[in-house]
Amino acid sequence: MRDVAVIGIGCTTFGEKWESSFRELFLEAGALALEDAQLSGDRIDALYVGNMSAGRFVEQEHVGALIADYAGMASRHVPSTRVESACCSGSLAFRQAVIAVASGLEEIVVAAGVEKMTDVETATSVDALAAAADREWEGFVGATFPGLYAMIATDYMHRYPLTREQLAMVAVKNHYNGARNPIAQFHSEISVETVLGSPLVADPLRLFDCSPITDGAAAVILAPLERAREFTDAPVKVLATAQASDTIALHDRRDISTLDATVVAGQRAYEMARLTPTDIDLVEVHDCFTIAEICAIEDLGFCAKGQAGRLTEDGETALGGRIPVNTSGGLKACGHPVGATGIKQVAEIVQQLRGEAGGRQVDGAEIGMTQNVGGTGASVAVHIFGRA
Amino acid sequence: MSVPRFWRKIHQRYNLEGTRCTSCNRAFYPPRSFCPDCRRAGVIAPYRFQGKGEVVTFTVIRSASDAFEQQTPFVLAIIRLDEGPRVTAQVVIEDVDEARIGMRVRSVFRRIGSEGESGVIHYGTKFVPDVPYPE
Repeated sequence: MRDVAVIGIGCTTFGEKWESSFRELFLEAGALALEDAQLSGDRIDALYVGNMSAGRFVEQEHVGALIADYAGMASRHVPSTRVESACCSGSLAFRQAVIAVASGLEEIVVAAGVEKMTDVETATSVDALAAAADREWEGFVGATFPGLYAMIATDYMHRYPLTREQLAMVAVKNHYNGARNPIAQFHSEISVETVLGSPLVADPLRLFDCSPITDGAAAVILAPLERAREFTDAPVKVLATAQASDTIALHDRRDISTLDATVVAGQRAYEMARLTPTDIDLVEVHDCFTIAEICAIEDLGFCAKGQAGRLTEDGETALGGRIPVNTSGGLKACGHPVGATGIKQVAEIVQQLRGEAGGRQVDGAEIGMTQNVGGTGASVAVHIFGRA
Repeated sequence: MSVPRFWRKIHQRYNLEGTRCTSCNRAFYPPRSFCPDCRRAGVIAPYRFQGKGEVVTFTVIRSASDAFEQQTPFVLAIIRLDEGPRVTAQVVIEDVDEARIGMRVRSVFRRIGSEGESGVIHYGTKFVPDVPYPE
Protein backbone atom coordinates (compact mmCIF):
# COMPACT_ATOMS: atom_id res chain seq x y z
CA MET A 1 0.00 0.00 0.00
CA ARG A 2 1.33 3.46 -0.81
CA ASP A 3 0.86 6.70 1.14
CA VAL A 4 -1.94 9.03 0.12
CA ALA A 5 -2.18 12.82 0.31
CA VAL A 6 -4.91 15.41 0.02
CA ILE A 7 -3.88 17.89 -2.67
CA GLY A 8 -6.99 20.02 -3.02
CA ILE A 9 -10.13 20.99 -1.09
CA GLY A 10 -13.35 22.84 -1.92
CA CYS A 11 -16.61 23.55 -0.11
CA THR A 12 -19.71 25.47 -1.09
CA THR A 13 -21.10 27.77 1.56
CA PHE A 14 -23.51 25.79 3.75
CA GLY A 15 -27.09 26.89 4.34
CA GLU A 16 -30.57 27.07 2.83
CA LYS A 17 -29.44 27.39 -0.77
CA TRP A 18 -32.76 27.65 -2.56
CA GLU A 19 -31.16 29.07 -5.70
CA SER A 20 -28.83 26.07 -6.18
CA SER A 21 -29.77 22.62 -7.46
CA PHE A 22 -28.28 19.32 -6.34
CA ARG A 23 -25.96 19.10 -9.34
CA GLU A 24 -24.95 22.77 -9.14
CA LEU A 25 -23.89 22.33 -5.52
CA PHE A 26 -21.68 19.42 -6.41
CA LEU A 27 -20.13 21.19 -9.39
CA GLU A 28 -19.31 24.27 -7.32
CA ALA A 29 -17.45 22.25 -4.68
CA GLY A 30 -15.66 20.15 -7.29
CA ALA A 31 -14.52 23.20 -9.23
CA LEU A 32 -13.18 24.82 -6.06
CA ALA A 33 -11.21 21.68 -5.19
CA LEU A 34 -9.72 21.41 -8.69
CA GLU A 35 -8.76 25.06 -8.61
CA ASP A 36 -7.16 24.56 -5.20
CA ALA A 37 -5.08 21.67 -6.60
CA GLN A 38 -4.39 23.67 -9.79
CA LEU A 39 -5.64 20.67 -11.68
CA SER A 40 -7.75 20.22 -14.78
CA GLY A 41 -10.78 17.94 -14.49
CA ASP A 42 -9.46 15.73 -17.30
CA ARG A 43 -6.74 14.48 -14.95
CA ILE A 44 -9.30 12.83 -12.63
CA ASP A 45 -9.29 9.02 -12.69
CA ALA A 46 -12.27 8.28 -10.44
CA LEU A 47 -15.02 9.84 -8.33
CA TYR A 48 -16.45 8.70 -4.99
CA VAL A 49 -19.54 10.59 -3.87
CA GLY A 50 -21.07 10.48 -0.40
CA ASN A 51 -24.81 11.04 -0.44
CA MET A 52 -27.43 9.82 2.00
CA SER A 53 -30.79 10.29 0.44
CA ALA A 54 -31.04 12.10 -2.88
CA GLY A 55 -33.94 9.72 -3.56
CA ARG A 56 -35.99 11.22 -0.72
CA PHE A 57 -34.69 14.81 -0.91
CA VAL A 58 -34.66 15.44 -4.68
CA GLU A 59 -36.15 12.20 -6.07
CA GLN A 60 -32.87 11.39 -7.77
CA GLU A 61 -30.94 8.14 -7.52
CA HIS A 62 -28.00 7.08 -9.69
CA VAL A 63 -26.15 10.05 -8.29
CA GLY A 64 -22.65 8.84 -9.23
CA ALA A 65 -23.39 8.85 -12.95
CA LEU A 66 -25.27 12.16 -12.78
CA ILE A 67 -22.32 13.86 -11.14
CA ALA A 68 -19.73 12.38 -13.50
CA ASP A 69 -21.89 13.56 -16.42
CA TYR A 70 -22.34 17.14 -15.22
CA ALA A 71 -18.69 17.36 -14.20
CA GLY A 72 -17.87 16.75 -17.88
CA MET A 73 -16.49 13.26 -17.31
CA ALA A 74 -19.08 11.22 -19.20
CA SER A 75 -17.19 11.36 -22.49
CA ARG A 76 -14.06 9.99 -20.80
CA HIS A 77 -16.24 7.42 -18.98
CA VAL A 78 -14.61 8.12 -15.60
CA PRO A 79 -15.85 5.61 -12.98
CA SER A 80 -18.08 7.26 -10.40
CA THR A 81 -19.38 5.54 -7.26
CA ARG A 82 -22.01 6.70 -4.80
CA VAL A 83 -21.36 5.71 -1.20
CA GLU A 84 -24.15 5.64 1.39
CA SER A 85 -24.01 5.15 5.14
CA ALA A 86 -26.42 7.84 6.34
CA CYS A 87 -24.63 10.79 7.98
CA CYS A 88 -21.30 8.94 7.61
CA SER A 89 -21.60 8.76 3.80
CA GLY A 90 -18.99 11.48 3.17
CA SER A 91 -16.28 9.85 5.28
CA LEU A 92 -16.90 6.47 3.72
CA ALA A 93 -16.61 7.99 0.23
CA PHE A 94 -13.34 9.51 1.40
CA ARG A 95 -12.17 6.17 2.79
CA GLN A 96 -13.01 4.37 -0.48
CA ALA A 97 -11.03 7.01 -2.39
CA VAL A 98 -8.05 6.60 -0.04
CA ILE A 99 -8.15 2.83 -0.50
CA ALA A 100 -8.33 3.23 -4.30
CA VAL A 101 -5.24 5.44 -4.41
CA ALA A 102 -3.34 3.48 -1.73
CA SER A 103 -3.89 0.25 -3.65
CA GLY A 104 -2.31 1.70 -6.76
CA LEU A 105 -5.44 1.08 -8.80
CA GLU A 106 -6.20 4.80 -9.23
CA GLU A 107 -3.95 7.90 -9.30
CA ILE A 108 -5.89 11.14 -8.95
CA VAL A 109 -9.27 10.69 -7.29
CA VAL A 110 -12.05 13.01 -6.14
CA ALA A 111 -13.85 12.24 -2.86
CA ALA A 112 -16.93 14.36 -2.47
CA GLY A 113 -20.18 14.64 -0.60
CA VAL A 114 -23.40 16.43 -1.40
CA GLU A 115 -26.87 16.79 0.08
CA LYS A 116 -29.74 19.03 -1.02
CA MET A 117 -32.19 18.95 1.88
CA THR A 118 -34.37 22.07 1.62
CA ASP A 119 -36.32 21.16 -1.52
CA VAL A 120 -38.75 19.24 0.73
CA GLU A 121 -40.69 20.30 3.83
CA THR A 122 -39.00 19.97 7.19
CA ALA A 123 -41.27 17.06 8.24
CA THR A 124 -40.21 15.14 5.13
CA SER A 125 -36.53 15.69 5.81
CA VAL A 126 -37.00 14.65 9.46
CA ASP A 127 -38.59 11.44 8.21
CA ALA A 128 -35.87 10.87 5.60
CA LEU A 129 -33.20 11.28 8.30
CA ALA A 130 -35.05 8.85 10.58
CA ALA A 131 -34.32 6.19 7.95
CA ALA A 132 -30.75 6.15 9.30
CA ALA A 133 -32.16 4.32 12.34
CA ASP A 134 -34.10 1.03 12.25
CA ARG A 135 -37.27 1.93 10.36
CA GLU A 136 -39.22 -1.18 11.41
CA TRP A 137 -38.38 -1.14 15.14
CA GLU A 138 -37.46 2.48 15.95
CA GLY A 139 -39.04 4.77 13.34
CA PHE A 140 -42.27 2.72 13.29
CA VAL A 141 -43.06 3.55 16.93
CA GLY A 142 -42.35 7.27 16.55
CA ALA A 143 -38.62 7.61 17.13
CA THR A 144 -37.07 10.71 15.58
CA PHE A 145 -33.35 11.37 15.40
CA PRO A 146 -33.43 14.04 18.10
CA GLY A 147 -35.49 11.55 20.14
CA LEU A 148 -32.86 8.81 19.88
CA TYR A 149 -29.99 11.13 20.82
CA ALA A 150 -32.18 12.53 23.62
CA MET A 151 -32.39 9.00 25.03
CA ILE A 152 -28.57 8.86 24.96
CA ALA A 153 -28.54 12.19 26.83
CA THR A 154 -31.06 10.97 29.45
CA ASP A 155 -29.00 7.83 30.06
CA TYR A 156 -25.72 9.78 30.13
CA MET A 157 -26.97 12.43 32.56
CA HIS A 158 -28.38 9.74 34.83
CA ARG A 159 -24.99 8.01 35.08
CA TYR A 160 -22.36 10.75 34.75
CA PRO A 161 -21.88 14.32 35.97
CA LEU A 162 -23.08 16.45 33.06
CA THR A 163 -25.17 19.55 33.65
CA ARG A 164 -27.70 21.00 31.24
CA GLU A 165 -25.52 24.14 31.11
CA GLN A 166 -22.41 22.15 30.12
CA LEU A 167 -24.37 20.56 27.29
CA ALA A 168 -25.38 24.05 26.13
CA MET A 169 -21.73 25.13 26.21
CA VAL A 170 -21.00 22.70 23.37
CA ALA A 171 -23.40 24.65 21.14
CA VAL A 172 -22.08 28.02 22.37
CA LYS A 173 -18.50 27.00 21.55
CA ASN A 174 -19.42 25.65 18.11
CA HIS A 175 -21.34 28.82 17.22
CA TYR A 176 -18.31 30.88 18.29
CA ASN A 177 -16.18 28.85 15.86
CA GLY A 178 -18.82 28.95 13.12
CA ALA A 179 -18.88 32.74 13.35
CA ARG A 180 -15.23 32.58 12.22
CA ASN A 181 -15.84 30.21 9.30
CA PRO A 182 -16.89 31.87 6.01
CA ILE A 183 -18.75 28.76 4.76
CA ALA A 184 -20.76 28.23 7.97
CA GLN A 185 -24.56 28.27 7.94
CA PHE A 186 -24.72 30.36 11.14
CA HIS A 187 -22.47 33.31 11.86
CA SER A 188 -24.01 34.47 15.12
CA GLU A 189 -22.48 33.76 18.47
CA ILE A 190 -24.96 32.51 21.03
CA SER A 191 -25.10 32.26 24.83
CA VAL A 192 -26.02 29.46 27.21
CA GLU A 193 -29.30 31.35 27.75
CA THR A 194 -30.04 31.15 23.99
CA VAL A 195 -29.79 27.37 24.17
CA LEU A 196 -31.74 26.98 27.42
CA GLY A 197 -34.43 29.36 26.18
CA SER A 198 -35.00 27.54 22.89
CA PRO A 199 -37.97 25.16 22.57
CA LEU A 200 -37.72 21.55 23.71
CA VAL A 201 -37.50 19.13 20.78
CA ALA A 202 -37.01 15.87 22.71
CA ASP A 203 -36.24 16.22 26.43
CA PRO A 204 -33.60 17.14 27.48
CA LEU A 205 -32.54 18.34 23.99
CA ARG A 206 -33.68 21.76 22.81
CA LEU A 207 -33.65 23.31 19.37
CA PHE A 208 -30.15 24.78 19.89
CA ASP A 209 -28.79 21.35 20.82
CA CYS A 210 -29.60 20.16 17.29
CA SER A 211 -27.71 20.58 14.04
CA PRO A 212 -29.78 22.24 11.30
CA ILE A 213 -31.10 21.09 7.93
CA THR A 214 -28.59 22.23 5.34
CA ASP A 215 -27.78 22.29 1.63
CA GLY A 216 -24.14 21.99 0.67
CA ALA A 217 -21.35 20.09 -0.99
CA ALA A 218 -17.67 19.49 -0.34
CA ALA A 219 -14.92 17.87 -2.40
CA VAL A 220 -11.30 16.90 -1.84
CA ILE A 221 -8.71 15.56 -4.27
CA LEU A 222 -6.36 12.70 -3.43
CA ALA A 223 -3.09 11.66 -5.03
CA PRO A 224 -0.21 9.33 -4.14
CA LEU A 225 1.98 11.15 -1.59
CA GLU A 226 5.06 10.71 -3.79
CA ARG A 227 3.37 12.78 -6.52
CA ALA A 228 1.62 15.30 -4.27
CA ARG A 229 4.15 18.09 -4.75
CA GLU A 230 3.41 18.15 -8.48
CA PHE A 231 0.14 19.80 -7.49
CA THR A 232 0.59 21.63 -4.19
CA ASP A 233 3.24 23.05 -1.88
CA ALA A 234 1.25 21.98 1.17
CA PRO A 235 0.15 18.38 0.80
CA VAL A 236 -1.57 16.78 3.79
CA LYS A 237 -0.85 13.11 4.40
CA VAL A 238 -3.57 10.64 5.34
CA LEU A 239 -2.02 8.98 8.41
CA ALA A 240 -4.93 6.63 9.13
CA THR A 241 -8.30 5.54 7.77
CA ALA A 242 -10.53 3.43 9.99
CA GLN A 243 -14.16 2.36 10.05
CA ALA A 244 -16.35 0.37 12.44
CA SER A 245 -19.95 -0.87 12.61
CA ASP A 246 -22.39 -1.49 15.45
CA THR A 247 -26.05 -2.47 15.85
CA ILE A 248 -28.43 -0.43 13.71
CA ALA A 249 -30.81 0.20 16.65
CA LEU A 250 -29.80 2.15 19.72
CA HIS A 251 -31.65 -0.29 22.00
CA ASP A 252 -29.30 -3.15 21.00
CA ARG A 253 -26.06 -1.35 21.96
CA ARG A 254 -23.84 -2.74 24.68
CA ASP A 255 -23.85 0.69 26.38
CA ILE A 256 -26.28 3.42 25.36
CA SER A 257 -23.93 6.30 26.26
CA THR A 258 -20.82 4.89 24.56
CA LEU A 259 -20.52 4.65 20.80
CA ASP A 260 -18.48 1.44 20.64
CA ALA A 261 -17.99 1.99 16.89
CA THR A 262 -16.25 5.29 17.70
CA VAL A 263 -14.08 3.61 20.33
CA VAL A 264 -13.05 0.84 17.93
CA ALA A 265 -12.57 3.05 14.85
CA GLY A 266 -10.52 5.40 17.03
CA GLN A 267 -8.33 2.58 18.32
CA ARG A 268 -7.81 1.25 14.79
CA ALA A 269 -6.87 4.74 13.57
CA TYR A 270 -4.42 5.41 16.42
CA GLU A 271 -2.81 2.04 15.77
CA MET A 272 -2.47 2.66 12.03
CA ALA A 273 -0.97 6.13 12.58
CA ARG A 274 1.13 4.91 15.56
CA LEU A 275 -0.23 7.82 17.59
CA THR A 276 -2.16 8.37 20.82
CA PRO A 277 -4.85 10.93 21.73
CA THR A 278 -2.22 13.27 23.20
CA ASP A 279 -0.62 13.58 19.73
CA ILE A 280 -3.77 15.05 18.18
CA ASP A 281 -3.77 18.87 17.87
CA LEU A 282 -7.42 19.27 16.85
CA VAL A 283 -10.44 17.16 15.98
CA GLU A 284 -13.64 17.53 13.99
CA VAL A 285 -16.31 15.33 15.62
CA HIS A 286 -19.88 14.48 14.65
CA ASP A 287 -21.92 16.88 16.82
CA CYS A 288 -25.30 16.25 15.20
CA PHE A 289 -26.55 16.93 18.74
CA THR A 290 -24.61 18.46 21.62
CA ILE A 291 -24.62 15.14 23.50
CA ALA A 292 -22.94 13.50 20.49
CA GLU A 293 -19.90 15.77 20.88
CA ILE A 294 -19.69 14.92 24.59
CA CYS A 295 -19.69 11.18 23.80
CA ALA A 296 -17.23 11.56 20.90
CA ILE A 297 -14.62 13.41 22.98
CA GLU A 298 -14.64 10.58 25.51
CA ASP A 299 -14.95 7.69 23.07
CA LEU A 300 -11.91 8.97 21.11
CA GLY A 301 -9.88 8.97 24.32
CA PHE A 302 -9.44 12.72 24.92
CA CYS A 303 -10.75 12.33 28.47
CA ALA A 304 -12.24 9.65 30.71
CA LYS A 305 -15.93 8.71 30.44
CA GLY A 306 -18.02 11.27 32.26
CA GLN A 307 -15.44 14.08 32.05
CA ALA A 308 -16.32 15.75 28.73
CA GLY A 309 -18.80 18.18 30.29
CA ARG A 310 -16.13 19.46 32.65
CA LEU A 311 -13.59 19.59 29.80
CA THR A 312 -16.01 21.71 27.75
CA GLU A 313 -16.83 24.03 30.66
CA ASP A 314 -13.10 24.54 31.32
CA GLY A 315 -12.59 25.68 27.72
CA GLU A 316 -10.26 22.80 26.88
CA THR A 317 -12.22 22.02 23.69
CA ALA A 318 -12.38 25.66 22.57
CA LEU A 319 -9.91 27.49 20.33
CA GLY A 320 -6.76 27.90 22.43
CA GLY A 321 -7.70 24.93 24.63
CA ARG A 322 -5.87 21.65 25.06
CA ILE A 323 -7.78 19.87 22.26
CA PRO A 324 -9.84 22.24 20.08
CA VAL A 325 -12.99 20.42 18.92
CA ASN A 326 -14.99 21.42 15.84
CA THR A 327 -13.10 24.53 14.78
CA SER A 328 -15.30 24.61 11.66
CA GLY A 329 -18.34 25.23 13.86
CA GLY A 330 -19.18 21.54 13.66
CA LEU A 331 -22.45 20.22 12.38
CA LYS A 332 -24.18 22.54 14.83
CA ALA A 333 -23.06 25.91 13.43
CA CYS A 334 -21.34 25.11 10.11
CA GLY A 335 -24.41 23.08 9.12
CA HIS A 336 -25.06 19.44 8.32
CA PRO A 337 -25.68 18.64 4.65
CA VAL A 338 -25.63 14.97 5.58
CA GLY A 339 -23.58 13.39 2.77
CA ALA A 340 -21.19 16.36 2.61
CA THR A 341 -20.36 16.56 6.32
CA GLY A 342 -17.57 13.95 6.38
CA ILE A 343 -15.78 15.64 3.47
CA LYS A 344 -16.19 19.08 5.03
CA GLN A 345 -14.52 17.74 8.19
CA VAL A 346 -11.53 16.63 6.08
CA ALA A 347 -11.41 20.02 4.31
CA GLU A 348 -11.40 21.81 7.69
CA ILE A 349 -8.51 19.72 9.01
CA VAL A 350 -6.53 20.26 5.78
CA GLN A 351 -7.10 24.03 6.01
CA GLN A 352 -5.93 24.01 9.63
CA LEU A 353 -2.81 21.95 8.88
CA ARG A 354 -1.95 24.32 6.05
CA GLY A 355 -2.34 27.26 8.45
CA GLU A 356 -5.09 28.80 6.31
CA ALA A 357 -7.97 28.81 8.81
CA GLY A 358 -7.89 32.55 9.54
CA GLY A 359 -9.69 33.64 12.70
CA ARG A 360 -10.22 30.05 13.85
CA GLN A 361 -6.65 28.84 13.21
CA VAL A 362 -5.16 26.44 15.76
CA ASP A 363 -1.58 27.67 16.18
CA GLY A 364 1.03 25.19 15.02
CA ALA A 365 -1.49 22.46 14.16
CA GLU A 366 0.37 19.44 12.80
CA ILE A 367 -1.92 16.46 13.42
CA GLY A 368 -5.70 16.55 12.98
CA MET A 369 -8.50 13.99 13.25
CA THR A 370 -12.04 13.56 11.94
CA GLN A 371 -14.86 11.42 13.40
CA ASN A 372 -18.04 10.96 11.37
CA VAL A 373 -21.08 8.98 12.59
CA GLY A 374 -23.88 7.26 10.68
CA GLY A 375 -27.20 7.02 12.52
CA THR A 376 -26.86 6.79 16.29
CA GLY A 377 -23.48 5.08 15.96
CA ALA A 378 -24.07 2.11 13.66
CA SER A 379 -21.29 3.33 11.35
CA VAL A 380 -18.31 5.42 12.36
CA ALA A 381 -15.29 6.50 10.35
CA VAL A 382 -12.18 8.04 11.90
CA HIS A 383 -9.32 9.59 9.91
CA ILE A 384 -6.03 11.10 11.02
CA PHE A 385 -4.04 13.62 8.99
CA GLY A 386 -0.59 15.16 9.24
CA ARG A 387 1.44 17.78 7.45
CA ALA A 388 3.48 16.07 4.74
CA MET B 1 -45.17 1.85 5.96
CA SER B 2 -46.69 -0.12 3.09
CA VAL B 3 -49.45 -2.69 3.74
CA PRO B 4 -47.37 -5.81 2.95
CA ARG B 5 -44.46 -4.52 4.98
CA PHE B 6 -46.71 -3.95 7.99
CA TRP B 7 -48.77 -7.14 7.48
CA ARG B 8 -45.64 -9.33 7.45
CA LYS B 9 -44.82 -8.37 11.05
CA ILE B 10 -48.37 -8.20 12.47
CA HIS B 11 -47.99 -11.30 14.61
CA GLN B 12 -44.74 -10.07 16.13
CA ARG B 13 -45.96 -6.51 16.68
CA TYR B 14 -49.39 -7.43 18.13
CA ASN B 15 -48.25 -10.26 20.39
CA LEU B 16 -44.75 -9.21 21.36
CA GLU B 17 -43.52 -12.37 19.71
CA GLY B 18 -39.79 -12.50 19.11
CA THR B 19 -37.38 -15.35 18.70
CA ARG B 20 -34.97 -17.33 20.85
CA CYS B 21 -31.81 -19.23 20.05
CA THR B 22 -32.46 -22.70 21.46
CA SER B 23 -28.70 -23.37 21.46
CA CYS B 24 -27.71 -20.56 23.86
CA ASN B 25 -31.17 -19.47 25.13
CA ARG B 26 -30.62 -15.84 24.14
CA ALA B 27 -33.94 -14.17 23.37
CA PHE B 28 -34.45 -11.58 20.64
CA TYR B 29 -37.01 -8.81 20.37
CA PRO B 30 -37.13 -7.33 17.80
CA PRO B 31 -36.88 -10.89 16.39
CA ARG B 32 -33.70 -12.10 14.72
CA SER B 33 -33.45 -15.14 12.48
CA PHE B 34 -29.70 -15.48 13.03
CA CYS B 35 -27.99 -15.72 16.44
CA PRO B 36 -24.94 -13.40 16.52
CA ASP B 37 -23.31 -15.62 19.18
CA CYS B 38 -23.95 -19.16 17.87
CA ARG B 39 -24.07 -18.12 14.21
CA ARG B 40 -24.95 -21.09 11.96
CA ALA B 41 -24.92 -23.48 14.93
CA GLY B 42 -27.82 -21.57 16.48
CA VAL B 43 -31.35 -22.90 16.10
CA ILE B 44 -33.92 -20.12 16.15
CA ALA B 45 -37.51 -20.65 17.33
CA PRO B 46 -40.42 -18.25 17.97
CA TYR B 47 -40.62 -16.98 21.52
CA ARG B 48 -43.45 -15.11 23.23
CA PHE B 49 -42.42 -12.40 25.69
CA GLN B 50 -44.40 -11.79 28.89
CA GLY B 51 -44.54 -8.07 28.22
CA LYS B 52 -43.04 -6.85 31.50
CA GLY B 53 -39.93 -4.79 31.85
CA GLU B 54 -38.39 -1.54 32.98
CA VAL B 55 -37.47 1.79 31.44
CA VAL B 56 -33.73 2.01 30.68
CA THR B 57 -33.85 5.52 29.21
CA PHE B 58 -36.51 7.78 27.74
CA THR B 59 -37.36 11.13 26.19
CA VAL B 60 -40.46 13.20 25.66
CA ILE B 61 -40.95 13.75 21.93
CA ARG B 62 -42.24 17.32 21.45
CA SER B 63 -41.61 17.58 17.71
CA ALA B 64 -42.36 14.51 15.59
CA SER B 65 -42.57 13.48 11.96
CA ASP B 66 -45.93 14.07 10.23
CA ALA B 67 -47.31 10.65 11.14
CA PHE B 68 -46.86 11.26 14.89
CA GLU B 69 -47.29 15.04 15.15
CA GLN B 70 -50.85 14.77 16.53
CA GLN B 71 -49.67 12.50 19.35
CA THR B 72 -47.07 14.94 20.76
CA PRO B 73 -45.96 15.23 23.46
CA PHE B 74 -45.40 11.51 24.04
CA VAL B 75 -42.88 9.44 25.97
CA LEU B 76 -40.50 7.33 23.88
CA ALA B 77 -38.39 4.86 25.83
CA ILE B 78 -35.96 2.00 25.59
CA ILE B 79 -37.39 -0.81 27.71
CA ARG B 80 -35.49 -3.81 28.98
CA LEU B 81 -37.84 -6.77 28.87
CA ASP B 82 -37.53 -9.13 31.82
CA GLU B 83 -36.34 -11.86 29.44
CA GLY B 84 -33.32 -9.70 28.49
CA PRO B 85 -33.72 -7.87 25.20
CA ARG B 86 -34.31 -4.14 24.92
CA VAL B 87 -36.92 -2.55 22.71
CA THR B 88 -37.89 0.98 21.68
CA ALA B 89 -41.54 1.82 22.38
CA GLN B 90 -43.91 4.51 23.55
CA VAL B 91 -44.91 4.63 27.19
CA VAL B 92 -48.51 5.77 27.61
CA ILE B 93 -48.64 7.91 30.72
CA GLU B 94 -51.03 10.67 31.71
CA ASP B 95 -48.35 13.18 32.71
CA VAL B 96 -45.28 12.86 30.46
CA ASP B 97 -43.12 14.43 33.18
CA GLU B 98 -43.80 11.39 35.38
CA ALA B 99 -41.61 9.08 33.25
CA ARG B 100 -38.58 7.78 35.16
CA ILE B 101 -35.57 5.56 34.55
CA GLY B 102 -36.19 2.23 36.29
CA MET B 103 -39.98 2.56 36.05
CA ARG B 104 -41.71 -0.84 35.78
CA VAL B 105 -43.91 -1.13 32.69
CA ARG B 106 -46.12 -3.72 30.99
CA SER B 107 -47.09 -4.06 27.34
CA VAL B 108 -50.49 -3.11 25.93
CA PHE B 109 -52.04 -3.42 22.47
CA ARG B 110 -52.50 0.06 21.00
CA ARG B 111 -52.96 2.00 17.80
CA ILE B 112 -49.51 3.21 16.69
CA GLY B 113 -50.49 5.38 13.74
CA SER B 114 -51.97 5.28 10.27
CA GLU B 115 -50.91 5.66 6.69
CA GLY B 116 -52.49 9.09 6.05
CA GLU B 117 -56.11 9.97 6.87
CA SER B 118 -57.77 7.14 4.95
CA GLY B 119 -54.93 4.62 4.94
CA VAL B 120 -54.40 1.41 6.86
CA ILE B 121 -54.23 1.74 10.64
CA HIS B 122 -51.05 0.42 12.25
CA TYR B 123 -51.52 -1.34 15.59
CA GLY B 124 -48.75 -2.61 17.79
CA THR B 125 -47.31 -2.65 21.28
CA LYS B 126 -46.96 0.27 23.66
CA PHE B 127 -46.19 0.15 27.37
CA VAL B 128 -47.97 1.54 30.45
CA PRO B 129 -46.76 1.90 34.05
CA ASP B 130 -47.10 -1.52 35.70
CA VAL B 131 -49.39 -0.66 38.59
CA PRO B 132 -52.31 -2.76 39.91
CA TYR B 133 -55.74 -1.90 38.50
CA PRO B 134 -57.73 0.33 40.89
CA GLU B 135 -60.47 -1.51 42.82
